[in-house]
Amino acid sequence: MGFFQMLVQQLLNGLSQGAIYALIALGYTMVYGIMRLINFAHGDVYMVGAFCGFFLTADLHWPFPAALVASMLLTSLLGMIIERAAYRPLWNAPRLTMLITAIGVSLFLENLFIVLVSPDPRTYPAGVLPQHTFQFFGGVRFTLNDVLFWGVTAVLTFGLQFFVQNTRSGQAMRAVSFDSDAASLMGIDVGQTVSLTFAVGSFLAGAAGVLIGTVYQIDPLMGIMPGLKAFVAAVLGGIGIIPGAVVGGLILGEVESLVSWAGFSNYRDAVAFIILILILLVRPSGLFGSTAKEKV
Amino acid sequence: MATQPAKIPARTSTAALYPWRSMGISILGMVVVWGVVQWLSQSGVLNLFITQTLVIMGINVILAVSLNLITGVTGQLVLGHAAFMGLGCYFAAILTYKMGLPFPVGLIGGGLVAGLGGLVIGLPTLRLRGDYLAIATLGFGEILRIVYQNWDYVGGAVGMSPPQLANWTWVFWLAVLSVLIIWHLVDSSHGRALQAIRENEIAAEAVGVATTRHKVTAFIIGAFFAGIAGGLYGFYNYAFQPSSFDFLHSFNILVLVVLGGLGSITGSIVGAVVVTALQAALQSYPYIQNVIFALLLILMMLFRRQGLLGRYEFHLSMIFPGLRREEKGGHSDGARS
Repeated sequence: MGFFQMLVQQLLNGLSQGAIYALIALGYTMVYGIMRLINFAHGDVYMVGAFCGFFLTADLHWPFPAALVASMLLTSLLGMIIERAAYRPLWNAPRLTMLITAIGVSLFLENLFIVLVSPDPRTYPAGVLPQHTFQFFGGVRFTLNDVLFWGVTAVLTFGLQFFVQNTRSGQAMRAVSFDSDAASLMGIDVGQTVSLTFAVGSFLAGAAGVLIGTVYQIDPLMGIMPGLKAFVAAVLGGIGIIPGAVVGGLILGEVESLVSWAGFSNYRDAVAFIILILILLVRPSGLFGSTAKEKV
Repeated sequence: MATQPAKIPARTSTAALYPWRSMGISILGMVVVWGVVQWLSQSGVLNLFITQTLVIMGINVILAVSLNLITGVTGQLVLGHAAFMGLGCYFAAILTYKMGLPFPVGLIGGGLVAGLGGLVIGLPTLRLRGDYLAIATLGFGEILRIVYQNWDYVGGAVGMSPPQLANWTWVFWLAVLSVLIIWHLVDSSHGRALQAIRENEIAAEAVGVATTRHKVTAFIIGAFFAGIAGGLYGFYNYAFQPSSFDFLHSFNILVLVVLGGLGSITGSIVGAVVVTALQAALQSYPYIQNVIFALLLILMMLFRRQGLLGRYEFHLSMIFPGLRREEKGGHSDGARS
């Protein structure tokens, strides 16, 4: 393989990882946009999604598409429960309180799953998906799994964009995100809208969890790092902006892939945080965000 | 005080005596606590496990009180306190274990490096507020962890195994010292500036508080003490790894402060003592223990968000009313155990 082929190969690898970051980042960005809350538990919702997919395929022998959809529904239910039980009572509390609660929910889910399913890593049953490797362009490879990652991410992203822009619920979401007090005066049910936001965000995270499970091992702490990185992706794209989260996730996946390729794979996990600190210093509103003056 | 106008000259003249008296009681109390534990553990009445728990308690007190200065008093949420601790631990180990300098020099050196870390992360990121600051400090801690992992001189992912140079005496008196210094800091004009920043940063700036300078100072001091605690941790535990200072540890320190009560020094001490004792009691069930703590944190936020003590502070005069001075503002320091 020549240099150019290897570059394309790395970009394709980065695209698959970036698709996962993008799916998780969408949930972060939507929740932040609507509640100004970094939902630390979001990475753990992704973990729960991966485990739902595992138990449905390995123990109940469901076909993969059914397991995928069922896991997404289960995680969106989980997201709504978390919002209702832990965050809603704190709407009028200082934001620090809600942030600490989010950390608490995250720790709770991680440790609960360690107790319930043991901390050992698991692998999805072999043959849950048909395996096929495509080859083109003088040796560049990608698998059916990669196609699935890209396809699911693309469908969900465009579906979300359509939902937010073209439906009444989506319009309500944008209104609450813009100004929740005014939205509530216009007769929008803010509570229901927030609940819906959590459901949609967790739905996407559930998809990401099941997808990653088909390729990598899963364990109860698997959500921590991707969760943090997806948050970085959301900040990179401009938090609260839906296309920004996707672009941020893809950029992060590509940069990580290129950094590993350049021989710094040990520093792969640091890249996201270096990007984070740089973006916060240089352009805190992110790539797509507009700067707003803080009001007194 | 309104009930006691200053018309009795004798009272005001003797008032100066009381701080000495309360300081005497505090020192006496602390020496007794230190001595009793020291004697009991030397004579074998307290087994090794209990002594260890007491030492960890002391280290956690330093960590909680120093984080409280930044997060509770100044209102800057930090999710990377373990990173400052790690800096102190690693550099204390490098100075003492690798370069052969005496332990106290290593300890202070580690603290100073951690303070420098506080300055480095503090200066640029203090432009950020709330969530962004929290995430940036978390990122800072993770970057440092990855650097240690890839730095062979300090043992890479395996970490280092320095000799056990810290003991109960070191930890106890350094904890006392940290609490006293931070206590007096909070009670000074600097401390009042920090509280003004917490309550309303824009208003504080408008009335002339140099917000950046005060915030950075709070960061440096908090980081310095976290570094001292880190040095003690490394030199008490025989071993530490980069993962000892990951953000889960930062969360744990935050839990101590939040459960005790953000902004209350007494609360941080109580939080550290109670949580460490609970952790020791539940040590045989490590995973269940974590579930319980997470649940405790959530329930605390939902039902008693000010923490166990809120912003309540303990003063010796609550036990010994005779120490109470008649003029406003004079209180004794006696929050130690």
